[in-house]
Amino acid sequence: MEVLMSIVIGIIFTVSVYLFLSRSIIRVILGTLLLSHGVHLLLITMSELQRGAPPLLNLDADAYTDPLPQALVLTAIVIAFGVTSFLLVMAYRTYKEHKTDDLEELRGSADE
Amino acid sequence: MTALHWATISPFLLAILIPFMYKYVRRIHTGWFVLILPLVLFIYFLSFLPVTANGDVVLRSVPWVPSLGISFDLYIDGLSLLFALLISGIGTLVVLYSIYYLSKHKEKLNNFYVYLLLFMGAMLGVVLSDNLIVLYVFWEITSISSALLISYWFHREKSTYGAQKSMYITVFGGLSMLGGFSLLYVMTGTFSVREIIANVDLVATSSLFLPAMILILLGAFTKSAQFPFHIWLPDAMEAPTPVSAYLHSATMVKAGIYLVARMTPIFGGAAEWFWIISLVGLTTLIWGSISAVRQKDLKSILAFSTVSQLGMIMSLLGVGSVAYYFNDGDNALYTTAILAAVFHLINHATFKGSLFMTAGIIDHETGTRDIRKLGGLMTLMPITATVSLIGLAAMAGLPPFNGFLSKELFFTAMVNVTEYGIFSVETWGIVLPVLAWIASIFTFLYCAILFFKTFTGKFQPEKLAVKHVHEAPIGMLISPIILGSLVVIFGLFPNILAYTLIEPAMAAILPGILEPGEQFYVNIYHWHGFKLELWMTIGVIAIGTIFFLTMKKWSKSAFYRSEQDIFNHVYDSGYNGLIKGSQVLTRAQMTGMLRDYFLYMCTFIVLLIGYTMFRYDAFAINTDNLSPIDPYMWIVAILLVISVVAVPFINNRITAIIVAGVAGFLVALMFTIFRAPDLALTQLLVETVSVILFMLVFYHLPELRKEKIKPSFKLINLIVSIAVGVMITLVSLSAFALGSETDFTSIAAYFIENSKVLAGGYNIVNVILVDFRGLDTMLEILVLGIAAIGVVSMIKLRLKGSEDV
Repeated sequence: MEVLMSIVIGIIFTVSVYLFLSRSIIRVILGTLLLSHGVHLLLITMSELQRGAPPLLNLDADAYTDPLPQALVLTAIVIAFGVTSFLLVMAYRTYKEHKTDDLEELRGSADE
Repeated sequence: MTALHWATISPFLLAILIPFMYKYVRRIHTGWFVLILPLVLFIYFLSFLPVTANGDVVLRSVPWVPSLGISFDLYIDGLSLLFALLISGIGTLVVLYSIYYLSKHKEKLNNFYVYLLLFMGAMLGVVLSDNLIVLYVFWEITSISSALLISYWFHREKSTYGAQKSMYITVFGGLSMLGGFSLLYVMTGTFSVREIIANVDLVATSSLFLPAMILILLGAFTKSAQFPFHIWLPDAMEAPTPVSAYLHSATMVKAGIYLVARMTPIFGGAAEWFWIISLVGLTTLIWGSISAVRQKDLKSILAFSTVSQLGMIMSLLGVGSVAYYFNDGDNALYTTAILAAVFHLINHATFKGSLFMTAGIIDHETGTRDIRKLGGLMTLMPITATVSLIGLAAMAGLPPFNGFLSKELFFTAMVNVTEYGIFSVETWGIVLPVLAWIASIFTFLYCAILFFKTFTGKFQPEKLAVKHVHEAPIGMLISPIILGSLVVIFGLFPNILAYTLIEPAMAAILPGILEPGEQFYVNIYHWHGFKLELWMTIGVIAIGTIFFLTMKKWSKSAFYRSEQDIFNHVYDSGYNGLIKGSQVLTRAQMTGMLRDYFLYMCTFIVLLIGYTMFRYDAFAINTDNLSPIDPYMWIVAILLVISVVAVPFINNRITAIIVAGVAGFLVALMFTIFRAPDLALTQLLVETVSVILFMLVFYHLPELRKEKIKPSFKLINLIVSIAVGVMITLVSLSAFALGSETDFTSIAAYFIENSKVLAGGYNIVNVILVDFRGLDTMLEILVLGIAAIGVVSMIKLRLKGSEDV
């Protein structure tokens, strides 16, 4: 399972980096969204998958899945949401001001 | 902090007060407040004379950064006391002179005196510090304050150009010097000069000996305007004349001389040290004196003459270092050069200081420094003319002034070289006295030009801006008169310096050469009999006079008419090239395009991680301990891959959001499979809100277009993104494989055991978030709050005018 997940994560990273390198600001934001998925899955995969029960003590299991990466990823999901929404609104405002979402046109003059 | 420490930093302390005095006591010239300090310091340092004359030293120590071996140690021996007296003594005279030179109504005196005091304090620090790092810090302050003083009249373009030039060159040298000091530390394990001298064997046998020596010499040569770094000094003449008299003749440019003298016990005795310093010094001497002849500006002539005189002192220090090779302090054959260097150092400070001041007086009273416009000033300015004559005669090496004595000693030292029989002097040694002699002819020549073109000949009032030319006020004349008198006194009675200053300074430059209890014995006298040195002087005077009398003939030549030093072109083109080159380089990489920056980052991430993993052989795949793949997992994984890969190809915005949303919900599904119910819940919630937000915003944004980019760009993008993906996969596999091999155990057990006991919760993930790591979660909420404020303000805020976000 871990090998399969590593490959899936690699593909997610590939696609999101490719989206980063595009000219449209929307694609860049979609890239960050997908990248955060990749990072979350990576963190979970690193803690060995499916060993023991979900980390709920009232299940009275013999072994539980490592709860720490889950706590980390939960924080990360929320922060990623904050970042995505901020970027989205920034893109919206940039488009309102400059009438373009093309990063090539948005860049400053050569002397800056 | 001892009295000596306070004395050293007192100029800095006074510098803090000067702006207030300038502001609130406008009626009195600010210079009068400043004048007291160098005078007091001079008297204070005089009190150390008996100490050093007895061969004793003073060491006062204050720890500064003990962990790095840096201690603010001040050390007074003959050499540092000589410099401290020069700095405070000439400083007093220069401040007095400046009071009359700079008008209290027109000039920004607060700036001037703050810079001057900064310089004075830094210079005292340089010569008194025993610790090399402290010395370096003060050294760089002299560079900075010198640049500030040169650009004092900053509205003139030439001033700022000169300031920049001096700064670049001396700071370049300073940094090399720091490198040399560090190498000395590597060799000996200490920054203290005394301790390095005590461990000099470690230095001499080290393979770093030569690099350290060259780096330190670069610092000394740039500071002391040695060939080919001399070009900054003539441009530094844009400074007000008191500054030129102080920094660029008597003190700062001698810091390099000081450093070489200080380092002589460490490096002296080596053939490289001997040849590099002697030849650079003599080249500077001859180059400076020839260039001085071609100048038409009084201060430019003096600047090049300073360059050449510094070269002379430098070459003497180089030649004098052989005393360490022979290790024989009793034989005057080897120590004359050091004697001449110390003696000429004092003499040069006296006559060059007075000459700069008289040049400043002429400029002040006539409005020009161009020798083609000047002439016949002898009757109008008799005192100035007399002082100039004394100074110039001393510089040209005429009896009975002090310059004659040191010039004779210089010739003696250079002639002695041919008798050493070491460092292959038997073949090349003869070059030294010949070069010295030729340079002296030109020295005589420019001294003659300077005097006769300015003070004799026809007075040309029509060429001058000032109508009524008259003698300067007495206050302005005091300082040059004092210095001029010293020229005469030291010339007639040189031995008043011998016991008090020269012998202790020689003992400081050449420690450990004499037997314990012995002292150098110096006796300087005028008449040596008809020896070679006297004939050399007579030859200089004769040939110099012939050159001067035939000046009309050769003054038409191209040599005389081109004033520019060829090394200025090297500097200018190097400077312009550097600016152009860095602009090209910056523009090439700073394109302002997000894509390029991401490309750099991704490339370097891949290269750095890849190299590190390759270097430490960290690639590994472990297939033993895998969890089994359920059949439905295949379906979820394939669906996720398909939806993710589809995103870049979609050109419809709604479809793109839906497909991305599908990917998000599949991730939530995966979390459930991976036994993480909390994550699945959060992901579901967040994904839902995200999709709604995307929908809202995308309604206002334009339709996604097909990307119009070059195929080559597309290929690069593809390669880089695949490289990143492959790298992440490899990292993930390796981390998983090697993770079980480390010695670290998971801390999960702690949370599993304690979440019920300590926090009373069954859901371990929740307990970690709100209890064990509760503060983190609170800060996370803060981050979200900031993001929310950002979102709201970006939607609501409307800036006035044409400002954009």
